[in-house]
Amino acid sequence: MNEERKGLKEKITESDIWKSIFRHGYEDTGRRYTLQILQNVWLHLHPPRISRHALNFRFTWCMGGITFLMFLVTAVTGVLLMFYYRPVAEYAFRDIQSLEFDIPFGMLLRNMHRWAAHGMVISVMLHMFRVFLTGSYKKPREFNWAVGVILLLITFFLSFTGYLLPWDQLAYWAVTVGTNMARATPVLGHEGPFTPTDIVTQSNDVRFALLGGTIVGESTLLRFYILHCIAVPLAASALMALHFWRVRKDGGISGPL
Amino acid sequence: MENIIALISKPDNVPILAILFLIPYFIWLSFKQARQTDRMGVPSDAELNDKVYVWPYLCRNEFVCAIIVMLVLGVWSIMIDAPLEEMSDPAKTPNPSKAPWYFLALQEMLVYFDPWIAGVVLPGLIIAGLIAIPYIDINPKGKGYYTLKERPFAIAVFCFGFIILWIVLMIVGTFLRGPGWNIFMPWEKWDPHLIVPLTNINLSYLFGIRNDVTASFFGFVVVSGYFALGPIVYIIFRKTSQFIQQLGLVRYVIVSFLFLSMMALPIKMFLRLALNIKYVWVTPWFNI
Repeated sequence: MNEERKGLKEKITESDIWKSIFRHGYEDTGRRYTLQILQNVWLHLHPPRISRHALNFRFTWCMGGITFLMFLVTAVTGVLLMFYYRPVAEYAFRDIQSLEFDIPFGMLLRNMHRWAAHGMVISVMLHMFRVFLTGSYKKPREFNWAVGVILLLITFFLSFTGYLLPWDQLAYWAVTVGTNMARATPVLGHEGPFTPTDIVTQSNDVRFALLGGTIVGESTLLRFYILHCIAVPLAASALMALHFWRVRKDGGISGPL
Repeated sequence: MENIIALISKPDNVPILAILFLIPYFIWLSFKQARQTDRMGVPSDAELNDKVYVWPYLCRNEFVCAIIVMLVLGVWSIMIDAPLEEMSDPAKTPNPSKAPWYFLALQEMLVYFDPWIAGVVLPGLIIAGLIAIPYIDINPKGKGYYTLKERPFAIAVFCFGFIILWIVLMIVGTFLRGPGWNIFMPWEKWDPHLIVPLTNINLSYLFGIRNDVTASFFGFVVVSGYFALGPIVYIIFRKTSQFIQQLGLVRYVIVSFLFLSMMALPIKMFLRLALNIKYVWVTPWFNI
């Protein structure tokens, strides 16, 4: 029976039709596995081989990878959302409403973007927790931990700038509460300690620079939109490239060496 | 009770609900592995040099993990709609006005400190402290595996900061803070007209000091005395403590300053909640 099957398999794989479709067989060798990584632009950030414990879910919790996946999801859904959204106080709220009620799958698109963003905040915090508990920031990975801290802040800032864009009460007041902190910056905020109040006023302090006004308004919406869609994602991408590259250069994922 | 149900079923609070389960799960998972290493010892070299090919072994894991996460995200996105309230109105302030959930620990600190400390200085110190961790933690042990025994101080401090001062305060801010930023228990109704008498006093007043200048000087002594704990411990223990000797003076100064700054939050919370202390140090320019 087995012999017969083998014959049948060979008959199929050696037929002219099969060979016209598949140029060669799949070698089961280490060389083949190595080339699979090295010759693929999407996979070549991986090393060809890693230690076995790095596969262990209980060790890594997959949280770094999940964070990156969530970033990709928000990037794709975000680009699609940009087609339907205008960052102008007059239209912003109504564009979100039309996403919900008029545009096919608009609601699903918006949901995926928002929940992926929240998921990213959770996974990036858990990733930091895991990296700390396994002591993975220790020599030679000190600098990559610092890059990771900046990426954590960038994740918060990405989520925070996006929070304003629906332009509803929830967005408006959450961002008002959040940016009100900047008033109290020492020296640079108009209500902060040690501020020269005759020079630094509410229309030229650090909060004004963030909002483009004395309250959250039209120019804040535009500023946050550009920060959210262009400036911060660019910074995040550059730092992520650095972060992943350093993971490899510092000897791959941490292990007890 | 309807109130807490309404809060839990708020779409934007789903991540907090997830955190309520995820954080305990991962704490349990990591501590279980830490106990295992502490009992059995660190894995041997032979086990560590056991290498596997990334293709297919790691790529397969990544692929399966991505599919599962996308499934969860897909179901989440189909089942629960992102919130959209009425159009923004600068003239209509909701009560309570809350920052996004991941900033609620910072907003919670505002109860205990003035905005320049809670909103600017402490967040700055959190960031600086996090970045400093690899440079001030010189313990070479516990790299690349879970352990409690080999780095008890580092793990205790980080877990206290992350779990209590970040996650728990975030949950308190989400579920227990109601109108007027007052604490409401889950079974209590949110009463926007609740009046809480402000009986807070300054620490100097508690000690019977009524004169402003004396009070200010008193506050200065208390705050600088608190931060002098670092140098005092250094002077007393530098001869006997191996920990301090290995750390060196510069690292010791940074560690003790960051540690005392972090502990200032729970101390101020205790002073406020137990003794109704408003400020420890009052000056014409700033209050702490």
